[in-house]
Amino acid sequence: MIRFMLTTLTFAFAVNVYAASGGDENLDSVFINLDDRKSLQNGAAAFANYCLSCHGIKFMRYNRMALDLGISEEILRENFLQSTQKPGDLMTVNMSEEDAKRWFGTVPPDLSLTARSRGADWIYTFLRSFYADEKSVTGWNNELFADVAMPHVLYQQQDSMSDEQYEQVVRNLVNFLVYVAEPVKLVRYGIGIWVMIFVGVFTILAYYLKKEYWKDIH
Amino acid sequence: MIAKLRLWIDQRYPMTKVWEEHLSKYYAPKNFNFWYFFGSLAVVVLVIQIITGIFLTMHYKPDTEMAFASVEHIMRDVSWGWLMRYMHSTGASLFFVVIYLHMFRGLLYGSYHKPRELLWIIGMIIYLALMAESFFGYLLPWGNMSYWGAQVIISLFAAIPFIGEGLAEWIRGDFVVSDATLTRFFAFHVILVPLLILGLVFVHLVALHHTGSNNPDGIEIKKQKDEKGRPKDGIPFHPYYTVKDLFGVGIFLLIFFGISFIAPEMDGWFLERANFEPANALQTPPDIIPLWYLTPYYSILRAVTYPLFGVDAKLWGVLSMGLAILLFFLLPWLDRSPVRSIRYRGWMFKTALAIFSIAFVLLGYLGTKNPQAVDLILFTNVRWAQICYFLYFAFFLLMPIYSKLDSTKPVPDRVTFK
Repeated sequence: MIRFMLTTLTFAFAVNVYAASGGDENLDSVFINLDDRKSLQNGAAAFANYCLSCHGIKFMRYNRMALDLGISEEILRENFLQSTQKPGDLMTVNMSEEDAKRWFGTVPPDLSLTARSRGADWIYTFLRSFYADEKSVTGWNNELFADVAMPHVLYQQQDSMSDEQYEQVVRNLVNFLVYVAEPVKLVRYGIGIWVMIFVGVFTILAYYLKKEYWKDIH
Repeated sequence: MIAKLRLWIDQRYPMTKVWEEHLSKYYAPKNFNFWYFFGSLAVVVLVIQIITGIFLTMHYKPDTEMAFASVEHIMRDVSWGWLMRYMHSTGASLFFVVIYLHMFRGLLYGSYHKPRELLWIIGMIIYLALMAESFFGYLLPWGNMSYWGAQVIISLFAAIPFIGEGLAEWIRGDFVVSDATLTRFFAFHVILVPLLILGLVFVHLVALHHTGSNNPDGIEIKKQKDEKGRPKDGIPFHPYYTVKDLFGVGIFLLIFFGISFIAPEMDGWFLERANFEPANALQTPPDIIPLWYLTPYYSILRAVTYPLFGVDAKLWGVLSMGLAILLFFLLPWLDRSPVRSIRYRGWMFKTALAIFSIAFVLLGYLGTKNPQAVDLILFTNVRWAQICYFLYFAFFLLMPIYSKLDSTKPVPDRVTFK
């Protein structure tokens, strides 16, 4: 029975590791580590600086993010919130849809769940697939997403940083978006292990209870 | 004091009588094996679905403008909402796992044989109700796969001649899947079908306790009784099977919580990626596929690609799908074997059941794939689905022949432990 339980556990973990990697062969795989708080904080900062002016994460609240990632209210107010915003607000975009359509020809999608709908590997590959293209309106194009309306927002960073540093910026962003897509991911594994230990002990007791009751049945 | 209270109640309500008749003096065969856990587990999952469903209903909004956001609200802002949601989505899939294993048990040990035909048929109606329940529930998150899945499945009704278009429109309450569809599916999912299922489960248990359980040897324990009139191979359901099932529940919960907490998406098998995007009438997902438990029938639907007798392929597909489910109802009459259990049957039935099981699983797998692609060897997926289609129907339609021709082994008088 113990072996059966272990097999089940291993299986559940294996499926999860596979799921986390995305499993699409055309994409570069990214290492996601939600325990790396520094990376999540830097990802949040990068997102607020470079992405949030066009892409909302409308299901995420500022104060939930601050609480989960260990960002103090002071830093939140200074670096993340605009003067009219409150900590409990959703992280929506200020740009109106009409403006967006006028400027980009389309409304930039909300990114709350992109890490779940497209996967972390997709975002990672997308962010690393920009190339200069004179034929495009923005001067940029993307190998993964042909004729994308989005320009290469991070190109100044890419120019001014070493490859390694830039790689880290992209990875932090992806890490952050994986967190945003499912904030509870930070805690559900930890709780889950305890629940399973509890149920495991219950099952072992139930097994011996059954054995005791059944010892006379042949 | 307690005894007095019990007497007071018993004079007014048959409490002790019901307890004895259905638990403490209800005799079940003592040789139940692994396959006999899934009946009680089905009840456990049903309870889990109802309880988690009640909590989800408190925060969910059946409105096309708010449905998708309300699910994310449950996932993020409602205390433990994420757990309720994951338990509910995991429970939905595991409900079908449990029911499929429960049904397979029936096939293995001939549990549908006389006198349990009605028991089997009521069970099949529960299975149908469960499919309806999952279909209605799948629209509620209002993700893009919810939307397109409902669109495709409702349009199947439109294939019926003459009344089809009107029927599809009547089901949707609109010309396309819309707010009207969402609100009525919500009503069906939380009231109509659960009520039906609860009623049917009750009737299923009444029928079971009337005939008594079959067992892995497929013999009637009521034929061998002791001087007190109790079956020699029977043991009281309570406490013997209540404690045994408690252990089964433990193992089940280990798997259930393992998935709910560690891998609720099951890599897209339990929660599909495309459903994390809100419904969009202008953007069809690359592949529209139902969740895994309906894919065998979806495969059968898509396997029919030729028009025949002036009827187009789609209608034949829909009819095949209907027949594929209907044939299960007829099993008690299709099976002509004098013995019930696979233990005492010959090679023909064993081979047939093995082939059928493989075909069913393959159909399920192929239902999740692009029909024109090659995911197995040699042929395209649709060609494989067509092969499995014939094997599926051959299992049922040839059963009156091979089950009768098949050799049998002598059946023991008393149950055995294997």
